[in-house]
Amino acid sequence: MKRILAIARKEFLHILRDPRSLAVSILMPLMMVLLYGFAIDMDLKNIRVGVLDFNRSAESRSFINEMVSSGFIVESARLSNRKEIEPGFRQNKYRAVIIFPADFSLSLVKDPVTQIQIILDGADGTSAATVANYLNAVTSRINLSYAKEDFGLDILPIETRTRVLFNPELRSAHFIVPGLAALIMMMICALLTSIAIAREKETGTMEQILTTPVVAPQVIIGKIFPYMVIAALDATLIFLVGKFVFGVPMNGSWFALAGYSLIFILIALSLGLLISSVAKTQQVALIAALMITLLPTLLLSGFIFPIASMPAVLQYVSRVIPATYYLEIIRGIILKGVNWYPRMGGILTGMSLFLIILAIKRFKTRLD
Amino acid sequence: MASLEQNTDNTAVLIQNLTRKFGKFVAVDNINLTVSRGEIFGFLGANGAGKTTAIRMLCGILRSSGGNAWVAGIDINKKPELVKRKIGYMSQKFSLYNDLTISENLTFYGGIYGLKRKVISQRSRDLLDRLKLVGFRNRMTGALPLGYKQRLALGCSVLHRPRVLFLDEPTGGVDPVARREFWDLIYELSDQGTTIFVTTHYMDEAEYCNRVSIMDQGRIIALGKPTELKQEHNVKTMQEVFFDVVQPVIT
Repeated sequence: MKRILAIARKEFLHILRDPRSLAVSILMPLMMVLLYGFAIDMDLKNIRVGVLDFNRSAESRSFINEMVSSGFIVESARLSNRKEIEPGFRQNKYRAVIIFPADFSLSLVKDPVTQIQIILDGADGTSAATVANYLNAVTSRINLSYAKEDFGLDILPIETRTRVLFNPELRSAHFIVPGLAALIMMMICALLTSIAIAREKETGTMEQILTTPVVAPQVIIGKIFPYMVIAALDATLIFLVGKFVFGVPMNGSWFALAGYSLIFILIALSLGLLISSVAKTQQVALIAALMITLLPTLLLSGFIFPIASMPAVLQYVSRVIPATYYLEIIRGIILKGVNWYPRMGGILTGMSLFLIILAIKRFKTRLD
Repeated sequence: MASLEQNTDNTAVLIQNLTRKFGKFVAVDNINLTVSRGEIFGFLGANGAGKTTAIRMLCGILRSSGGNAWVAGIDINKKPELVKRKIGYMSQKFSLYNDLTISENLTFYGGIYGLKRKVISQRSRDLLDRLKLVGFRNRMTGALPLGYKQRLALGCSVLHRPRVLFLDEPTGGVDPVARREFWDLIYELSDQGTTIFVTTHYMDEAEYCNRVSIMDQGRIIALGKPTELKQEHNVKTMQEVFFDVVQPVIT
């Protein structure tokens, strides 16, 4: 215990003596959550749509009015012929063009089915899909009002009434901020500790420590402790930014959030130490820590892409990524107010113990 | 084959057929040595002769490829962790923390040797006094001249009062006055019963040792008291003895 304290105290002094690194380890997560929080805003607002109206009738105008009335879509260009469509896409004037044929109003009266054309910019597939969905929704609303008028229908046989729970406005920030928290904590924590042992190997101080009776568990635990404090501070900042800057509601218990976050932090810190005890230089350790944490957490944890829509192999891979469980837990706590996750909490605890033990085993008290 | 029994309390280091290979390269080739308690033993040799490798094995941080050794009566192959409690080690490369102050370095080493807080502060005060570092105790270690750093390194390696002290080129790069002062400290420790196992490049320092061995290409090629060796080779200084026994490297 005395030895663990001696190492922890020394590690604290290293951190305090290096204000630049300390600032980086606290400001970087803060910057990241702010930058990404604003950048990865998947809500589409003010989508620019071009209009090519060959019909110029009251009917086509009312369609356009209905379309722009919600505020999601703005009419950004009025085109006069088809030749203008493509250049407009190339110049990024709009994401979509809606075309009313010359016989639009006539066809409405005369034909059983009237067609309008929507042309989408497939270069940004996600936006294109959202625009298409939105325009389809507008179309069916208008269809409904025609149906009422023409056939005097007040009720339709089936009506879906969608009610979204937990994130009623479907704000992506509510979904993304917890993911960002997981990503940033995983990355920063692993980076923090990844150099903790490699640095001492480089400066030669490790050789000196190895000649003392200190044993591996004392070194590993002594080194985790100070970084735990910094990581906890980072986590607090991230969640406060989420709540007060991005307006993410907190429906669950802060204690539960803190508890599961500490387990997650422990996993990330142990992973960093494991890397550090294997790597020979600080640079190798840093790069390895970045590679191991960044992409898997970003792509396979369900942060951006839903796990259910991944190929089977990747679904299995996602199960060994700690962030997968942590993400589900904190989204549950924050958005659903569910505070108790015995199975996933157990898995995370198991992972943290496994990584700490592995780091201890890999830490050699000899040079060879 | 000598008896594996370590029969006398008077033997501090016993080395039998100790060997270390790195791949095909034999860094330490079958060496044998006995160092008595309280002795200042000079472990000499040219660069790359295998001195550091041998010392690392004796400190329990490098596995041997063959043979065995006992340090303070403890088997280095079987109980390296126990050896570490009995020894102090100062490496040729300065390896304390530059971003810690002198007293923080001492406190840290006291802590990882498991000493009580009270003992640490008392011994630190005592050591700082003897090492003439009292006025610098709150200075950042990195900002100190090399001579001071090396005195501090010595202090950190003796805080737990080791039975055997391994010094790997402790005075490298230090001016003659600082070297002289350093050797005064070594004598003091030796007088208190600490066995000193020291490597050096400086042949004037070799004269200060009770006994020396000279190593070349992994083997011990000369062993004895400096006066005896000089007589044997019919020369006046250890420097000449060294030149006499170490084969010139043909390039």
